[in-house]
Amino acid sequence: MNWIDILTRLIRRTTSDLPADVEGALRAALAAEPAGSQAAVTLGAIAENTRLAREQGTPLCQDTGTLTFFWRVPRGTDTFELEQAAREAVRAASAEGLLRANTIESLTGRSVDANVAEGCPVCHFEQVSPVSDLRSFEVWLLQKGGGCENMSAQYSLPCDIEGRRYGRDLDGVRACVLHAVCRAQGLGCAPGILGVCVGGDRAEGYLEAKRQLLRPLPDASPERELAALERRLLADANALGIGPMGLGGRATLLGVKAAARTRLPASYFVTVAYMCWACRRRGVRVSGETVEWLG
Amino acid sequence: MSELNYPFSEAVVRGLRVGEIVHVSGRIFTGRDRLHKYLAEGGACPVSLSDGAIYHCGPVVVREADGGWRVVAAGPTTSQREEPYMADVIADHGVRLIIGKGGMGPRTQQACAAHGCVYLQAVGGAAALLAQRVRRVAGVCFLDEFGPAEALWQFDVESFEAVVGIDTRGGNLYTEVEARAWRRFSEVLGCGKGETR
Repeated sequence: MNWIDILTRLIRRTTSDLPADVEGALRAALAAEPAGSQAAVTLGAIAENTRLAREQGTPLCQDTGTLTFFWRVPRGTDTFELEQAAREAVRAASAEGLLRANTIESLTGRSVDANVAEGCPVCHFEQVSPVSDLRSFEVWLLQKGGGCENMSAQYSLPCDIEGRRYGRDLDGVRACVLHAVCRAQGLGCAPGILGVCVGGDRAEGYLEAKRQLLRPLPDASPERELAALERRLLADANALGIGPMGLGGRATLLGVKAAARTRLPASYFVTVAYMCWACRRRGVRVSGETVEWLG
Repeated sequence: MSELNYPFSEAVVRGLRVGEIVHVSGRIFTGRDRLHKYLAEGGACPVSLSDGAIYHCGPVVVREADGGWRVVAAGPTTSQREEPYMADVIADHGVRLIIGKGGMGPRTQQACAAHGCVYLQAVGGAAALLAQRVRRVAGVCFLDEFGPAEALWQFDVESFEAVVGIDTRGGNLYTEVEARAWRRFSEVLGCGKGETR
């Protein structure tokens, strides 16, 4: 199995080919905006850009993002080799112009060669057990740019939001999430998609919120309360009128995906991962010699 | 829809209104965090920005075998990061167009009114589409110092689409939308169970 080749193909597909569910949601958003409006013009350009990037095999957005690989591997897998393959694939994709020189040494400001450095790209491994097929690997890539990452936020309930005190319940969660959306305005490249994590510690909250972005848009949480929260937050956010790129309009969000994690008695974090409309997430499943593209 | 051609005259720029769609053609210069800080601190600019356009963009650019450059992706980056520097750059260099995304703050808006400059919103993330509008890379400055994403690229563009977000008469698309959004935020939460505790 040539992992470098497979992962390079995964990067090419992720960076240039917007998932069908996201493209469909954008198309529906365009149809709902009045013809000739700022929102419709913006969504029209987004549709055209999506088509062009796919046809040309070039990046949808010049900010090719933080590259985060989410792996599900058989129990007992030596992950070192897979992480090395991810680094080599990123190196190859950078040379090909699929990824911008997008990695900066924080202290010196120097650009890092080929986007490969310590902890870069990011790999999260989950060993799946028990497994029926010990040779089955699944890996998802998320490319999330800096504009939307800057709009992600974490709240600690109870807290004061716009002059009101909110407590440790779903009303508090709603207030936090909507506040993050309102604060972001168009800066996260609306219409966006939210990953939300209720609970966890601060680090786990951000990771789980980001992981939620891997879910397809039509997917509803299997937990009834969370599914209701997802629906309500989406409707509430789209009542704010922020619209595509913050120029006004109906489509502020395309989806909300929420999860809950356990927490300490003393903590109640609400974490929001804001993803731009260019939600670049694709996956691949490799079973023996069979390669199946996902997403 | 207005056609704007480089060099951009003050009279034409002062005639633009928020919400208007424009097509920009001719030379534009990219610049983001490193360049703005450098210029605001009095650094010399290797090109003249007078009657010119600064595009907040860090493109994906590939070096061709013949030594030339090919622009692969070139959408706008968030402009707010340049708010501390933008007003000084407009005043000192006679910039007429700022192209970016997300709008800018009150100092930039004042500088636009005072010096005859407008802020244009390009579609964020539309990097493949906007790269198509770049017909030629005329040159690049600060490539080694700032790196490819932060360098000053000289693009010759044709019919580069944007919307006037801030004009010279105090019009600002973003502040209107934002004020309404915060009003609705209170309404949405006020009518639910999220009462004051």
